[in-house]
Amino acid sequence: MGRFALRELARFALLLFAVSLATFALVSLSPIDPVQANVGQQALVGVSAEKRAQLAAHWGVGVPLWERYVSWLGGVLHGDWGTSLRFNAPVAQVVGERFARSFALMATAWALSGVLGLALGMVSGARVGSTLDNVIRRCCIVLSATPAFWVGIVALMVFSVWLGWFPLGFSTPIGVDPASVTVLDRVRHMVLPALVLSLTSMPSIALHTREKVVDVMASDYVRFARARGESTTEILRRHGVRNVVLPALTLQFASIGEIFGGSVLVEQVFSYPGLGQAAITAGLGGDAPLLVGIALASVAFVFGGNMLANVLYRVIDPRVAQRGGYGLE
Amino acid sequence: MGLSNARCGAEARSDTQACPDARTQSRTEEHAAAVGLGCAPDRPDAPVPAGTSPHPDALARANAAKGDAARTPLHVPSTQRGGNRRAVLATLIVAGLLLILVVVAGRLVWDAACVTDFSAKNLAPSLAHPFGTDQMGRDMLLRTLAGLSTSLFVGALAAAASGVLALAFALIAAFGGRVGDAVVSWLIDFVMSIPHIVLLLLISCALGRGAFGVTVGLMLTHWPSLARVLRAELLQLKSAPWLAATEALGVSRIRIALTHVVPAFVPQLVVGVVLAFPHVILHESSLTFLGFGLSLDEPALGVILAEAMGFLTAGMWWQALLPGAVLAACVLLLDHVGGLLRALSSSHAVQE
Repeated sequence: MGRFALRELARFALLLFAVSLATFALVSLSPIDPVQANVGQQALVGVSAEKRAQLAAHWGVGVPLWERYVSWLGGVLHGDWGTSLRFNAPVAQVVGERFARSFALMATAWALSGVLGLALGMVSGARVGSTLDNVIRRCCIVLSATPAFWVGIVALMVFSVWLGWFPLGFSTPIGVDPASVTVLDRVRHMVLPALVLSLTSMPSIALHTREKVVDVMASDYVRFARARGESTTEILRRHGVRNVVLPALTLQFASIGEIFGGSVLVEQVFSYPGLGQAAITAGLGGDAPLLVGIALASVAFVFGGNMLANVLYRVIDPRVAQRGGYGLE
Repeated sequence: MGLSNARCGAEARSDTQACPDARTQSRTEEHAAAVGLGCAPDRPDAPVPAGTSPHPDALARANAAKGDAARTPLHVPSTQRGGNRRAVLATLIVAGLLLILVVVAGRLVWDAACVTDFSAKNLAPSLAHPFGTDQMGRDMLLRTLAGLSTSLFVGALAAAASGVLALAFALIAAFGGRVGDAVVSWLIDFVMSIPHIVLLLLISCALGRGAFGVTVGLMLTHWPSLARVLRAELLQLKSAPWLAATEALGVSRIRIALTHVVPAFVPQLVVGVVLAFPHVILHESSLTFLGFGLSLDEPALGVILAEAMGFLTAGMWWQALLPGAVLAACVLLLDHVGGLLRALSSSHAVQE
């Protein structure tokens, strides 16, 4: 276990280092001039040359890439992630605040997609060839071909504009003091985005689970169970779930990256002030420190999810630890 | 978008190997679809001849199929479906022509799609404007067509380029020794560890957004899953006993490469590229929607949908609903084409 943890940690450190270097290089490649992007065209005309030079120096224009990277890395090691240009606050603070808001959304969607996908996949796989199976399968295929943001737009049209069941956007009611926002308000604002977000990874989980269940149901041990007189429900409970849970876990944790990517789109559609929306603001405004911070946070998030999956395998299936591997063969 | 290629590819592979039994026939179809969108096994409804199913219960039917097929010799398909491969080929050609038609039509109506008519703005769908018009009086059907043609064009370019990249990395991994394999494997893990949209956003930003930025971004982000599949395929080929036998028989390396390796390998590459196509298109429209892709003056589906967002509360449902549905249909069609192509090129399905 100790060696396993050390190896994972080393992998993680190397990955974070590489990602930070790559994002830093990419961001500094960008032709967007931070002075112009943040002071604005109009203001730039009125700003004196000295002031402009001062701003340029403040934002590190003209300093070679490696020099900026080294100073940034030194700061990060001391806990200073730099200052966001767009939000005018420390990057760590912006990322932390935004991530907390996004996390509730992503966690709900993630759990929902897992439960829904597993249930639909099991039902579909247990009755392969039936009308229900066909309907579920076709729906999943169509859903996986539909862009997430379009599903969000259609959901907004139907449920918010037409039926008026849910608010049009944001994470709290408009014009209400943040202190007096109730938990119910927050939940009401989160339901629709979370549902839409869960649809981004649900189809693949359902289709994969269906495959596994079809395999299990065609196996010799299930035939034997049937010969003993077990009902389909019993077979699913005793043999289906147990054999499906490991691949389902793999899928569930592998979908974290997708959920994160989807959250960028969904947050944009629902004007939900989370990390994804901050990423778009940072990208459009040339906010290099924030962009690097968000990229690193997303990588850490996805990596954390995968590591959790590896640990869970060892807990659920002791054979994994005995083999010395940490993934599924 | 629920798309994770590499894992499905690996699973499908182990499936086909582990299952030389009577289910192989339907299995190849699963394999065919497994690498596509969300790994959709698009199997015909019942691969069982009618009359052999005593129970309505689906499982009993599956078991009946197994027993039935086990009685027939392996090389004879259990069901007689006359000219199945020809039918698949015909469907493939029709679907391909349809896609080409969309691209050509989109190019032809390009100019008409940008014509504004403020006397006919925000019209609901009618006979004159089947998809309605937008806030500047442009015909939504023409805009959608032109946008689709842009998407398909960018998608083809990016999918082809990522195919080349994937091939190059797979070759390095398979023939570059241990170091080459380790480096490529790490690179694949590295690219896949960053959420797709975030990486696309970063690359697009670095290249100053616009058509160039988004195309290069798409090229650089869609190769890893395909490279992983191709690498596994090459490694498997390298250790194939029939290749060793051919070599022992004294066949020259060039001839082995041309007559054995390339025919076994190229279909994988082509199918992989075609199946990457729908992913690329979805990501392109997403990125454009976020404002990091194609510019606002170009007719692109991402732009159309982003603009339609502003008119949602005004009840102009057609501006978002119809173009999005057409995009989804196009993606489905492309995925279907990829599945058919795989079914045709797979050596397991030759008997069907």
